[in-house]
Amino acid sequence: MNQPVIDLSPKVSDEVRKTTCYMCACRCGINVHMKDGKVAYIEGNKDHPVNQGVLCAKGSAGIMQVNAPSRLRKPLKRVGERGSGEFEEIEWDEALQIAADWLEPVRAENPEKLAFFTGRDQSQSFTSFWAQNFGTPNYAAHGGFCSVNMAAAGIYTMGGAFWEFGQPDWDHTKLFMLFGVAEDHDSNPIKMGLGKIKKRGARVIGVNPIRTGYNAVADDWVGITPGTDGLFILAMIHCLMKAGKIDLHYLAQYTNAPVLVINNPGQADHGLLMRDENGKELVIDRATGKLTPFDKPGVKPDLAATYEKDGQTHRPVFHQMAEMYLDDQYAPEAVADRCGIPAKRIRAIAAELARVAFEESFTLDHTWTDFRGEKHEKMVGRPVSFHSMRGISAHANGFQTCRALHVLQILLGTVEVPGGFRFKPPYPKPATAHPKPHVGLTPGAPLNGPHLGFTHGPEDLALKDDGTPARIDKAFTWENPMSSHGLMHMVISNAYAGDPYKIDVLFMYMANMSWNSSMNTRGVIDMLTDKDENGEYVIPKIIYSDAYSSEMVAYSDLILPDTTYLERHDCISLLDRPICEADAAADAIRWPVIEPDRDVKGFQSMLCELGAKMNLPGFVNDDGSQKYADYGDYIVNHERRPGIGPLAGFRGENGDQAGRGAVNPNQLDRYIENGGFFVEHIPAGSNYYKPWNMEYQDWAVNIGLYDKPTPYLFSLYVEPMRKFQLAAEGHGDRQPPDHLRERIKDTMSPLPIWYSSEEDNHADQYPITALTQRPMAMYHSWGSQNAWLRQLHGHNPLYLPTKLMRENNLSDGDWAKVTSPHGEITVPVLEMAALNENTVWTWNAIGKRKGAWALEEDAPEATRGFLLNHLIHELLPPKGDGLRWANSDPITGQAAWFDLKVRIEKAAAPDESQPGFASIKSPVGTGPKDLAWKVGN
Amino acid sequence: MTTLPAKTEKKLGLVIDLDTCVGCHACVISCKGWNTENYGAPLSDQNAYGADNYGTFLNRVHSFEVQPEGDAAAQLIHFPKSCLHCEDAPCVTVCPTGASYKRVEDGIVLVNESNCIGCGLCAWACPYGARELDQAEGVMKKCTLCVDRIYNENLPEEDRQPACVRTCPAGARHFGDLGDENSDVSKLVAERGGMDLMPEQGTKPVNKYLPPRPKDEMPEFDVLAPFLQPVAEEPKGFLGWLDKTLEKL
Repeated sequence: MNQPVIDLSPKVSDEVRKTTCYMCACRCGINVHMKDGKVAYIEGNKDHPVNQGVLCAKGSAGIMQVNAPSRLRKPLKRVGERGSGEFEEIEWDEALQIAADWLEPVRAENPEKLAFFTGRDQSQSFTSFWAQNFGTPNYAAHGGFCSVNMAAAGIYTMGGAFWEFGQPDWDHTKLFMLFGVAEDHDSNPIKMGLGKIKKRGARVIGVNPIRTGYNAVADDWVGITPGTDGLFILAMIHCLMKAGKIDLHYLAQYTNAPVLVINNPGQADHGLLMRDENGKELVIDRATGKLTPFDKPGVKPDLAATYEKDGQTHRPVFHQMAEMYLDDQYAPEAVADRCGIPAKRIRAIAAELARVAFEESFTLDHTWTDFRGEKHEKMVGRPVSFHSMRGISAHANGFQTCRALHVLQILLGTVEVPGGFRFKPPYPKPATAHPKPHVGLTPGAPLNGPHLGFTHGPEDLALKDDGTPARIDKAFTWENPMSSHGLMHMVISNAYAGDPYKIDVLFMYMANMSWNSSMNTRGVIDMLTDKDENGEYVIPKIIYSDAYSSEMVAYSDLILPDTTYLERHDCISLLDRPICEADAAADAIRWPVIEPDRDVKGFQSMLCELGAKMNLPGFVNDDGSQKYADYGDYIVNHERRPGIGPLAGFRGENGDQAGRGAVNPNQLDRYIENGGFFVEHIPAGSNYYKPWNMEYQDWAVNIGLYDKPTPYLFSLYVEPMRKFQLAAEGHGDRQPPDHLRERIKDTMSPLPIWYSSEEDNHADQYPITALTQRPMAMYHSWGSQNAWLRQLHGHNPLYLPTKLMRENNLSDGDWAKVTSPHGEITVPVLEMAALNENTVWTWNAIGKRKGAWALEEDAPEATRGFLLNHLIHELLPPKGDGLRWANSDPITGQAAWFDLKVRIEKAAAPDESQPGFASIKSPVGTGPKDLAWKVGN
Repeated sequence: MTTLPAKTEKKLGLVIDLDTCVGCHACVISCKGWNTENYGAPLSDQNAYGADNYGTFLNRVHSFEVQPEGDAAAQLIHFPKSCLHCEDAPCVTVCPTGASYKRVEDGIVLVNESNCIGCGLCAWACPYGARELDQAEGVMKKCTLCVDRIYNENLPEEDRQPACVRTCPAGARHFGDLGDENSDVSKLVAERGGMDLMPEQGTKPVNKYLPPRPKDEMPEFDVLAPFLQPVAEEPKGFLGWLDKTLEKL
């Protein structure tokens, strides 16, 4: 044979620079291969704790994000009307001067007139610090319209939730149950974990109305009716309790199941937990029969015993649970139709959970000592684990549903045990160890504390003296008392309505509020462009920072262009949204592996400069000079508490201290040498039972996660919720408005309940649920500007189940009109059989506005793509009570995206998806026609 | 016409696990990234930011719905597809210039781009649709099994595998010598009933697919019922059971 000679060992690159991906929220380690100073190839970093070398489609396509024609190039000042896209390029000096001229009077006179919200920000610890020093109470990121229900329900129940808070014990779990999930939450680790489980042949159960992605590979698929997950879970709890298939030892030792509940009907303490003079929860000790603090050495808390006093019988939490969940309203037969799951199947799944948790139990030979001083010779494993994210969160009943899922895990005794669900540092961390919300403002001075946190009763609500909301988004008010992440989705509509007050400057970062990040997109566009009787915009000034030409750019007055992720410093901090592993604390950096070829500044570096220009405390030295030259400087030199900074690794003068230690001026270099990250492993034997394991607690104190050991009980019963109920019942000084009393009493049950939002969404007239999912290869609106990724998802049909296709006489490629109580869209349809028969869905954020993202106007994203957002309103349809109720969870304010109800009919094919929007002028033009990307020779 | 070697020393290829592939397209883009920068002409994209955008890919993921017989739920199978490096590769024998060839050492099917006239006969001959004519360069592109990675001495040993295999988050792709029955991939194929794609075409593909495991076969409740035997019907009875059980703890 005459084979050509080929070079089997070509040079791969000149250099590999290791940094952190930002193509979604997963934050994997990446190797950026450089040739001639340019990015040639991106692959996963094998040493990195998050992805261990693998990388998803988004990550590998990073090269096309960094060269995307949609990148903003220079600061822009609006010169036409808002929405016209008419801008003039200005210099940074002028841009920062304009921003300072707008912001300084606000700070001096009334800091609440700045609303600063930061979208898909990965630097919330920094941006909140900036906002706090500015003094506005109006700061949050995007959690309120994402998955706050999952996070808050987890923290209140067990001191952590899924994804960033914890993960299944992939190496030991034998049954993995996955409820509705946004597939980038958590992206690669879930896929890696599924791969591990599949390799062992362990069972995966997927609960999701749509069988795609992870559900497609699940061994068993439960195509549940959307919004009924909580009911399904409570039915399984009913079965498991009734069969006694619950971990009584675990419940007695580590949860508040044995804690006594005060029985004092009609009084202000009815339903609160019984405590001693030190505030410690009280249990009956099975050994002595006496009332005893829960943490007394040697105590054996009794789940069954009651306590008699003053003629009242006080019962433990577990009694209430038995009474509640053994009721036949939660029997599988009672919920089957509603959930769309046969009763037998509910029982079979509950039985399988019981079988694996208890029959396949195993032990690890690690000794450990619990917080009561008891030494254990081994660790008992219960190899059942769960994961879930937005699918069950983004409903008006999402908080209670997420709570129910956590309670199910706890009843099985699977949390923080081998084979179950494991926390990742800095979690476990109970709600009481988190800050409370702060809204105390003083003109010209910092806010009195961190903005966001956890409320523990009416006294923690963010209300002004007159009882009106202190925050523009009405977070931490009676409308949503436990809104731990704020309500970014309500900011524009509240500011427009002047309810609770008007603002002067809206300052946003990385949030496409005039398009896919808002409910009621058309309405939001109108709010952003509407003028008052004096001809001034109702929302007077809008500053926006983004790296790309998103739809929001045209609706802003001043654009401060950000860098791409390869051109910047960042820290993936333990003080922020961490990237740890169950066996290790970890953090990471981004660093400029290339320099921008445009006149742009990293948003956080820009804030260092703007903060100094406005003399914000924390951003200037004593002599008034700029304190942090840029964000990299802040990352190294900022200390939150003495010895604790944004990065935990390589601290101390010699860089040899982990967690706590003096500032190390060479810290960033040490991270770069180490591959862009830092890992500190938890010693074996400390890495399970963490909330109660004293070796872990001491380790956590040592590296600065806590200042003192903080063991706690899991809260099956969430007492703060009872406090809000008591207020609604008329107790206490801080009282809810009358129109909210019944709702608070009904929804704030301290034990998980389920309720329907179907009536609120007129399900009688709109019987079909419409959902969105995020494709694994796209991250919110970003993928469409990426020449490679947009070939995977360039438009988005509405997927209809076979039954609805037939009923409506539809064929693939036909168009349908989809109508909700709020609006209508006309879109192309495609049949999908593996779908709940009353559910339709599409990929989210594929539809684009003409003129945005440097796409040509005939791009399919703009002609056939569409958003469901046009069908969703931030308020529920009127109920006839003269009030408008938010389309949000009444506990946390989480946007109820997935409660959308619609009806469908066949429509004549329009030229383009409807509603159509006029094009907006692109500040960056459009991209080149053809690409052949090769940077080396 | 181009001849195939009578025998190759190895049969390097991929084993793709359809039970595990979640359809994330990681392999598709990693392949595009490596191969646009490496072997031969870059993989171009036409109308990259407009309508009718179309680029060259050496690996694509297709998704198929499967409706089992009876009333079982429909399934979705993600199916990554690239050149299968067939032993009897019709794309090679049809090549009029000798540009397409199968390597004697390892069986990898390659295109020598300097001899390729872009006639497209090979793409017609391939029953799998695994070849794509690059519109910018006018040459035929196909999976090289990352021939410039797997022996590359500039890469760490552990990285000497195709880009798609290295990146696959779920671990659904495996690379090795399918001509060696003791290799990990051959054992995996034996263990999991690995299959040829369209064997009736007679191409003897080297790549193998591991079929999805049976789905939705959890035992009926009747089988599992002992695990949910009630301890009581009413809360009162439950509390009695609780007290008794706690005694024993």
